[in-house]
Amino acid sequence: MALTTESTPSQGLDAAARLKMLRQMLTIRAFEYRVGEFYERAEMPGITHLSIGQEAVAVGVCAHLNRNDYITSTHRGHGHCYAKGAGLVPMFGELLGKANGYCRGKGGSMHIADRETGHLGANAIIGGGIPLATGAALSAKVLRNRGVGVSFFGDGALNEGILLESMNLAAIWNLPAIFACENNHYGEYTPTDQVTAGRLTLRGEAFGIPSAEVDGMDVLAVYDATHAAVQRAREGGGPSFFVFDTYRYLGHGMSDRTRPYRSREEEDEWRTRRDPIERLRNQLLEAGHTSESELDAMGEEVRAEVEEAARLAQEAPFPDPEEVDRHVFAD
Amino acid sequence: MSSPTEARQLTFSQAVNEAIREEMDRDHRVVLFGEDVAAAGGVWKVTEGLLDRFGAERVLDTPISEAGIAGLGVGAAMTGLRPIVEIMFGDFLPLASDQIVNQAAKTYYMSGGMTSVPMVFLTSMGAGRRLAAQHSQSLQAWFAHIPGLKVALPSSPHDAKGLMKTAIRDENPVIFLQDKVDIYQKGPVPDPSHEYTIPFGRADVKREGEDLTLIATSSMVRQALDAASELAAEGIESEVIDPRTLAPLDEETLLDSVRKTARCLVIDEGYQRYGAGAEIAALVGENLFYDLEAPVRRLGAMDVPVPFSPTLEDLTIPGKEQIVEIARQMFED
Ligand SMILES: Cc1ncc(C[n+]2csc(CCOP(=O)(O)OP(=O)(O)O)c2C)c(N)n1
Ligand SMILES: [Mg+2]
Repeated sequence: MALTTESTPSQGLDAAARLKMLRQMLTIRAFEYRVGEFYERAEMPGITHLSIGQEAVAVGVCAHLNRNDYITSTHRGHGHCYAKGAGLVPMFGELLGKANGYCRGKGGSMHIADRETGHLGANAIIGGGIPLATGAALSAKVLRNRGVGVSFFGDGALNEGILLESMNLAAIWNLPAIFACENNHYGEYTPTDQVTAGRLTLRGEAFGIPSAEVDGMDVLAVYDATHAAVQRAREGGGPSFFVFDTYRYLGHGMSDRTRPYRSREEEDEWRTRRDPIERLRNQLLEAGHTSESELDAMGEEVRAEVEEAARLAQEAPFPDPEEVDRHVFAD
Repeated sequence: MSSPTEARQLTFSQAVNEAIREEMDRDHRVVLFGEDVAAAGGVWKVTEGLLDRFGAERVLDTPISEAGIAGLGVGAAMTGLRPIVEIMFGDFLPLASDQIVNQAAKTYYMSGGMTSVPMVFLTSMGAGRRLAAQHSQSLQAWFAHIPGLKVALPSSPHDAKGLMKTAIRDENPVIFLQDKVDIYQKGPVPDPSHEYTIPFGRADVKREGEDLTLIATSSMVRQALDAASELAAEGIESEVIDPRTLAPLDEETLLDSVRKTARCLVIDEGYQRYGAGAEIAALVGENLFYDLEAPVRRLGAMDVPVPFSPTLEDLTIPGKEQIVEIARQMFED
């Protein structure tokens, strides 16, 4: 079943709602550039994966969700975390392994979670979070609370069996599950089309799940495409599958500096012609919803907010040694 | 007519069924799903009658998707339900092992205590039914090895019921293994009007003795008890202890017994190499080396894939004869 994405509920979004989306995308990007700086200065332990370029997917999908809805995320998940409602200080804190992090520093970039806002966690196992969000959808159905479970995952997970098992279960049980694939065209250093057979949305259609390919570089297109799906899920109409066409501007991880597996021309094409932030910015200006000076001020505010959060996290203490064997088991 | 307080005789599967039924009555968040568990009542009859009683929203037949059903169980456990997921044979746990090992076991810790995973993986273990290499393994050591998982393996219908009720109420993922040779064996179980649970991490002394400690799990407890009778005829009094859960492990009760007897043999049906027996033997050795009259011994399944042919299979499963033989060796000078 193909999913028609004709309707444009985003037309009903007022200037404030659109500006909020812009601000969220700007914040995610500024946060991630700041993470990159931490990393470059060797002030951040471990490894991290930045989603710069992909912000529209997280923001456009999460715009429909509330705190009773659950998401699961990936190793490239700072955007999902923030868009679902997390705060910058405990996010930075977690990435730096500090006691004030969301997971008390025990999860890090690849496992960040925020119970309060319905974020069940990033996942360092490709596809690992998909059944978890689908299970959250099962809870919502059994508990009848109108919640939905959204799994974000990369194109790499399209070839993990767990996706297909989860889709089948969501379909037979008619679960309020949204499968949100971020197709950024590479899994690490391998082009997706080189390792992925078939039209991508067919993976959902094969199970009778309404499925659509969506421009993931356009936050309003993401918003429009997922609006009806989330509503339908809430009303007992079952799962949906989206493949968002998107692009990560930077390397797979921080050590991937030269990106020999793709051309600079290809990167420039996405960055200069399709950037989601530029796009919304221009739309807002054209529609007269804002002015250059207002947007400049917003940019300044976001940068200051991120800088302040980074500072607070950096000043925060590391966890006490007693933390090390706490939370292995729940009481 | 039996009085209501008199112990009834139930099979393992009836006892576990009763535990699940009572807990589903008690807590509407408990749901059950797995392959053939609903309409058919499960291949081990453990879930018989539960669909009728609790309806299709709480008792669900699933596709043959071990990873998927395990993962949905974890996600549901994270978000308000308390799922029991049946994985028909323990040999199929490896198909679900990412969800068990990397997700269920680690979520509470990785989230810094934000999100617990209260669920049960109900499965079967053990050789002896001529089911060959892919339906006969005892993989408890794999899971007991992982921080964040609890592992229960009862040796009687009575313990099975009490441990299952505890497993369902536990806030953590529990691997619950039923031995498939014993599953239709009967044993006394108190009337339902007498409710009981058995705490995890509390070993049970199945037989008292002064000369030798036999630490045995699951169906090996019966083998150990049989061996103890035979040894008693030779003047060796064995204490038979069932840890009942490998994680958590009741170290104190085990060590107290060996302190008394100064001799210890551990019997577990997992492959002997790197098995549960090795862990317990090491525990005893580390703590009581200077109290021992003989080296700690262990007995596990032979380190070969479980063969089909009965004459071969029987050679691989630890049993009474080997226990007696090793015990005798432990009293030789
Ligand atoms: C099960 C598993 N296999 C392999 C890896 C190693 N790995 C980490 S990220 C990655 C690429 C994932 O690609 P994709 O899903 O497209 O996400 P992207 O990085 O492009 O956002 C791989 C192979 C892993 N973390 N988990
Ligand atoms: Mg990718």
